[in-house]
Amino acid sequence: MQALFDTRRHPWLVWLGFAMIGLALTLLPFALAQVGTTWVRIANYAMLYVLLALGLNIVVGFAGLLDLGYIAFYAVGAYTYALLASPHFNLHLPFWVILPIGAAIAALFGVLLGAPTLKLRGDYLAIVTLGFGEIIRIFLNNLSRPVNLTNGPIGIARIDPFSFDGFSFGTYDTLFGLEFSAPIKYYYLLVVVALVIIVVNVRLQNSRVGRAWEAIREDEVAARAMGINTRNLKLLAFAMGASFGGVAGGMFSAIQGFISPESFVLVESIMVVAMVVLGGMGNIWGVVLGALLLSFVPEILRWTVEPAQQALFGRLLVEPEVIRMLLFGLALVLVMHFRPAGLLPSAVRKREMAERSPTPAGHPL
Amino acid sequence: MDTFLQQVINGLTAGSVYAVVALGYTMVYGIIQLINFAHGEVVMIGAMVAFSIIHALAPSGLPPLAVVLIGTGCAVPVCMLVGYSMERLAYRPLRGAPRLAPLITAIGVSILLQHLALMVWSRNILAFPQIIESRTYFVAGAAITTVQMAILAICVCLMGALALLVYRTPLGTAMRATAQNPQVAGLMGIDVNRVIAATFVIGAALGAVAGVLFGTYYGIAQYTMGSILGLKAFSAAVLGGIGNIPGAMLGGVLLGLVEALGAGYIGDLTDLCQYGLLARAIEACDDGGHFILFGSNYQDVFAFVVLILVLVFRPSGLLGERVGDRA
Repeated sequence: MQALFDTRRHPWLVWLGFAMIGLALTLLPFALAQVGTTWVRIANYAMLYVLLALGLNIVVGFAGLLDLGYIAFYAVGAYTYALLASPHFNLHLPFWVILPIGAAIAALFGVLLGAPTLKLRGDYLAIVTLGFGEIIRIFLNNLSRPVNLTNGPIGIARIDPFSFDGFSFGTYDTLFGLEFSAPIKYYYLLVVVALVIIVVNVRLQNSRVGRAWEAIREDEVAARAMGINTRNLKLLAFAMGASFGGVAGGMFSAIQGFISPESFVLVESIMVVAMVVLGGMGNIWGVVLGALLLSFVPEILRWTVEPAQQALFGRLLVEPEVIRMLLFGLALVLVMHFRPAGLLPSAVRKREMAERSPTPAGHPL
Repeated sequence: MDTFLQQVINGLTAGSVYAVVALGYTMVYGIIQLINFAHGEVVMIGAMVAFSIIHALAPSGLPPLAVVLIGTGCAVPVCMLVGYSMERLAYRPLRGAPRLAPLITAIGVSILLQHLALMVWSRNILAFPQIIESRTYFVAGAAITTVQMAILAICVCLMGALALLVYRTPLGTAMRATAQNPQVAGLMGIDVNRVIAATFVIGAALGAVAGVLFGTYYGIAQYTMGSILGLKAFSAAVLGGIGNIPGAMLGGVLLGLVEALGAGYIGDLTDLCQYGLLARAIEACDDGGHFILFGSNYQDVFAFVVLILVLVFRPSGLLGERVGDRA
């Protein structure tokens, strides 16, 4: 068995594996559509979370800066798209113009957040980023007066779907006898974007910049002594993470067709953090796994727990939403206790998290 | 009505509650360098338990003050138990782990407590029964209610009691010793784990009282109230210098004042119609209209702005000593 799966002896196995994953990813939406279109939508939201988790992984996993306000960048991207492609300002720019703008604005916000907080580390940074996320949400909620910029808590509706040269992602099409509904089209787009971002991440991790981030994460003082410009690199981590969040936000806006500040609450930030932590900070595949797990398992629970409760007690005792959140909380606590480096730990993290300091308390990160 | 004095009174009342909550953060941070994210939820649970008791006893005909006291009396032990189990189950096993681990655990605990509370008390906003008749007095053109006076008095007493405990009792000495150096404190015969547990329990008890005060002051309680209150209290603790007990008290009161005065004046200050040149350019300003950029609905932003400013310009806080590694 060992010899058969030895990829070094059989390099074609790797390609076979890729082909199988590719095939599975291609066929998945049709299989899900058989169960119900809802499941295709759930898959789409799962992919959005994958994008978010990958973006946050740059900040938390690579550079070691715990960001609890990451959803703010998602919000910036989402609102950028919504404002530039909806009847709100009567602007209808194409998505390939807006997405880069959204990414750039999100990156700018990332630098804005990063610049004053560079000196902070660990837990302080976490709190400041959390506050930043809340500030963005409060502004989105209140910027309907005196000039109606964001439409306040009501949100922005009738956002344009992506369309390209007459081909719209928002409509229903039939091709080769197969039915392509809007969610299925978005699914393929999301998969492509996710793959691109994964490739960018993999290349980034092993690049000069990626190694510099790792050095900063491990020991900032030593990294600086080695000639690494810690300030610029941390800013770069913030900006890159934020721009990925911005792209994901733009796509969310288009897929959903409607956004309001409700979608960008603190809990969402923590959910993304939970995905990164559960999967394994710094490990790209771990993060993808974490995002998929924490997106799908609660949905599966939603579909099983609710009927089960109805059958057992005759009424709904615990809302599925609550179970979902309890799961997130438990996941964070249990992972930190039993697998502090995550389900699929990155090599460095594993070593680092296993190392317990001899002092009982007060040992810095 | 004098806006300034009125906002000072409101700010002092809210600020003293922040101060009591901030003490919980600062004590725990001082002793194990952990931002106990879940402390806000402890405060929330205190308010919720008190709400249930007061709600149940309100029609019983007991004197209102007794009802509130019984409510508080039940909330305090419940919160102490929550605080203790939190430390014992979630944080103690992670003693000595990298700093990010207990912090992430704390976030998890906070989510867990919040949603357990949701299961018990529903997601509705609960209206605290207004059983204590509040009388209003006027001082130099500003109104102050009996409830506000009671809150101020209780908070001052609590802070005084805590100061006595920390600076005048053997337990307090042990706490300060552990904060300075846990290893040496252990060598001196101090049971470090017991002292840390005691710190959590005391912080939780203070939080419970603060929760009841907050609930009676604003008249409402909800399962989400803990996170924003916790954040503000944490900002207060940082403003005063985290780990520093008098600092937390000062920070809380200052933050309350900043928030109240900010909310009171920001509307006027950012009314562009006040500024001659701009006013002529804006149509809304004709006939004495207003063009207010930021109104009092931005009140919650102040705490965060204060937090960021303090961390950027004076990370050690107002009363904290300069410690290189802390920030």
